[in-house]
Amino acid sequence: MKLTFARLGNSHIAGKALLEALGIDVVLPPPPTKRTMSLGSLHSPEFACLPLKVNIGNYLEALEKGADTIVMVGGIGPCRLGLYGEVQRQILEGLGYDFKMIVVEPPQGRLDHVIRQLREITGAQPVTQYIRAGHIGWSKLTAIDALEKLALELRPFEESRGCVSSALEAALKCIDEADSPKAVAFALENGKEAMKSVCRKTDSKKPRIGIVGEVFMVLEPFVNCEIEKCLGEMGVLVYRSIYLSDWIVEHVVKDAFRIFRKSKLPYELAKPYLCHFVGGHGVETIASTVDYARQGLDGVIQVAPFTCMPEIIAQDLLPTVSRDLGIPVMTLVFDEHSSGTGVLTRLEAFIDLVQMSRRARR
Amino acid sequence: MKETIGFPRALLFYYYYPAWRVFFESLGRTCKVSGKTTKAVIDSGIKVTVDEACLPVKAFHGHVQSLSGACDRVFVPRLVSVEKKAYICPKLMGLPDMVRHNCTGIRQILDPCIDMSRNRKAFKREVYATGRLFTQNSLRISTARRKAQHTYEAFIRLLEAGLTPIDAMIKLNIYDGQDFENSAIPHNALTWRKGAETRPLVIGLLGHPYIIYDSFLGMNVLDRLKSMGANVVTMDMLSPAIIEREAAKSPKRVFWTMGRRLLGAGYYFLTPGVVDGCLQMSAFACGPDSFIGELLQQESIRSQRKVPFMTIIVDEHTGEAGIQTRLEAFVDIAERSMLR
Repeated sequence: MKLTFARLGNSHIAGKALLEALGIDVVLPPPPTKRTMSLGSLHSPEFACLPLKVNIGNYLEALEKGADTIVMVGGIGPCRLGLYGEVQRQILEGLGYDFKMIVVEPPQGRLDHVIRQLREITGAQPVTQYIRAGHIGWSKLTAIDALEKLALELRPFEESRGCVSSALEAALKCIDEADSPKAVAFALENGKEAMKSVCRKTDSKKPRIGIVGEVFMVLEPFVNCEIEKCLGEMGVLVYRSIYLSDWIVEHVVKDAFRIFRKSKLPYELAKPYLCHFVGGHGVETIASTVDYARQGLDGVIQVAPFTCMPEIIAQDLLPTVSRDLGIPVMTLVFDEHSSGTGVLTRLEAFIDLVQMSRRARR
Repeated sequence: MKETIGFPRALLFYYYYPAWRVFFESLGRTCKVSGKTTKAVIDSGIKVTVDEACLPVKAFHGHVQSLSGACDRVFVPRLVSVEKKAYICPKLMGLPDMVRHNCTGIRQILDPCIDMSRNRKAFKREVYATGRLFTQNSLRISTARRKAQHTYEAFIRLLEAGLTPIDAMIKLNIYDGQDFENSAIPHNALTWRKGAETRPLVIGLLGHPYIIYDSFLGMNVLDRLKSMGANVVTMDMLSPAIIEREAAKSPKRVFWTMGRRLLGAGYYFLTPGVVDGCLQMSAFACGPDSFIGELLQQESIRSQRKVPFMTIIVDEHTGEAGIQTRLEAFVDIAERSMLR
């Protein structure tokens, strides 16, 4: 069995480590390129959201590399993500590929379902093996998140353009090569040191911008035209609302073990504007914007794929949030035609606006 | 003066208006429906919504605005779910919030939260809470609720018999607009077909009710097809048993009520020998339809395209001439496949 899965930011490093520790042969899709996007949008429904198209592109390129099994997450709606697996399977089968698709459905409090689904992928293995694999996967995931977070804090102060990004790149490579949780911790410390060493002092006042929106668009630099890097290199401190490890704790771990209560905070923050969950990240988008406004950030950017239903509701309500709390908000909607240059121009204009409103406030 | 409740003629008005009207009238209120969708209605909706919102949601906003000043409260329910473990569409879940923030001229919004995804108890509680806004007499509310339930069941039976929602409302005497659409009672083309001598042309029309039954958004598709000599069957004319049986063919259960019904009806229409052509009508950038359409497309390919299948997408710019040409071409193809 040669297993593959869709890419999401740098998380494939952790996913690969987890699966390889269980003795599974992993074929990673190559990093997304223009070809991935064209292949994906060629074979996907026109009005499907962008993540589905990029996933299809990933799968096609992985199948070319010899993968024969695809793992995908399922869901219970109302967001379209829950039907991704089925639609993607039918599209790829329609193209004549021979493969097996394993859709991992959310546990909804049924641990036995999780275990059965895991067994289907890994075959019977001792429990200690699962724990060991989970440990290394998790330590890599948290390390990646910590490095990415640090990069956001350091980029506005880098000595020369792009040096933090290349230090991050190198650090991620070390994380990828680390073969035990101890080695991961070591690589993490080294990476942090290396990134800090290429920066000047970090005390001057920089504009602070929060990024909110749909999880895939926030986490995958390829589809959001590297918005974090662009902003950082313009001298902006970026606050990202979603990290994959937090997301997994909130949506997977708490869903599997129903002893922990899910956080009610987003619903309370969003209540004056949106008082019911709408699937996807709709409520979280509004809640994070409110939260950022209260923290005194200078602006918020919402990123969403074209036709994303929950984000459209949020987008519709964000102008009211912006007016009420006095925080500039911009929405960027991405699809397969988005270009980095167009995005860059709009980011520059937005930063100008943010700087002006900062000066006016002083 | 009696309090008036305004109903925007959009979205699921086409399914749930009869029941709610009977409910409110039993509680001594009058109901007012906004006029038919027009260009002006759509334009006023477009002005207050974001570009990315779908056409039916924009139209809904337009209808709400057209009710401003004409009624005391506007009925904008939060339709989360009407059956177990299924939703309708995320946008309907956030609709009252969107209306409240976009249509600033609206005095009061009546927004009961309809959620039957876990059980019907919550729904019942919500109905009583809504009734209590008008009367403290629980008995009156429960009578009104029962009446509304009966009306709804009678309405659904009429739809299954082959009437369009507006025709069914006229038949039940709960529609008081001046625009009598097709007061002659048609027949369900599928049941008619069995005993008939000459075989009529039957087209299966798939689409959300707020598109195919709205003469402006759906470009009068029902009348157009009829005038071309085709009999139209929609998903509302199929029995729930057929729809559920067909929809169960999908290994993954579709978690949108309308999506699952469209998929079930679509699989049924694509079975050779049921209809002569299957036409899907959908709004630009409709989320659920993009997936349902793809699943039907794949099914059509698997069945070697024995039944002609076409998708028409409407948006605020759609021109009538374009629709007419495509419908004519489709009916021609359907006729040819019938003779084959």
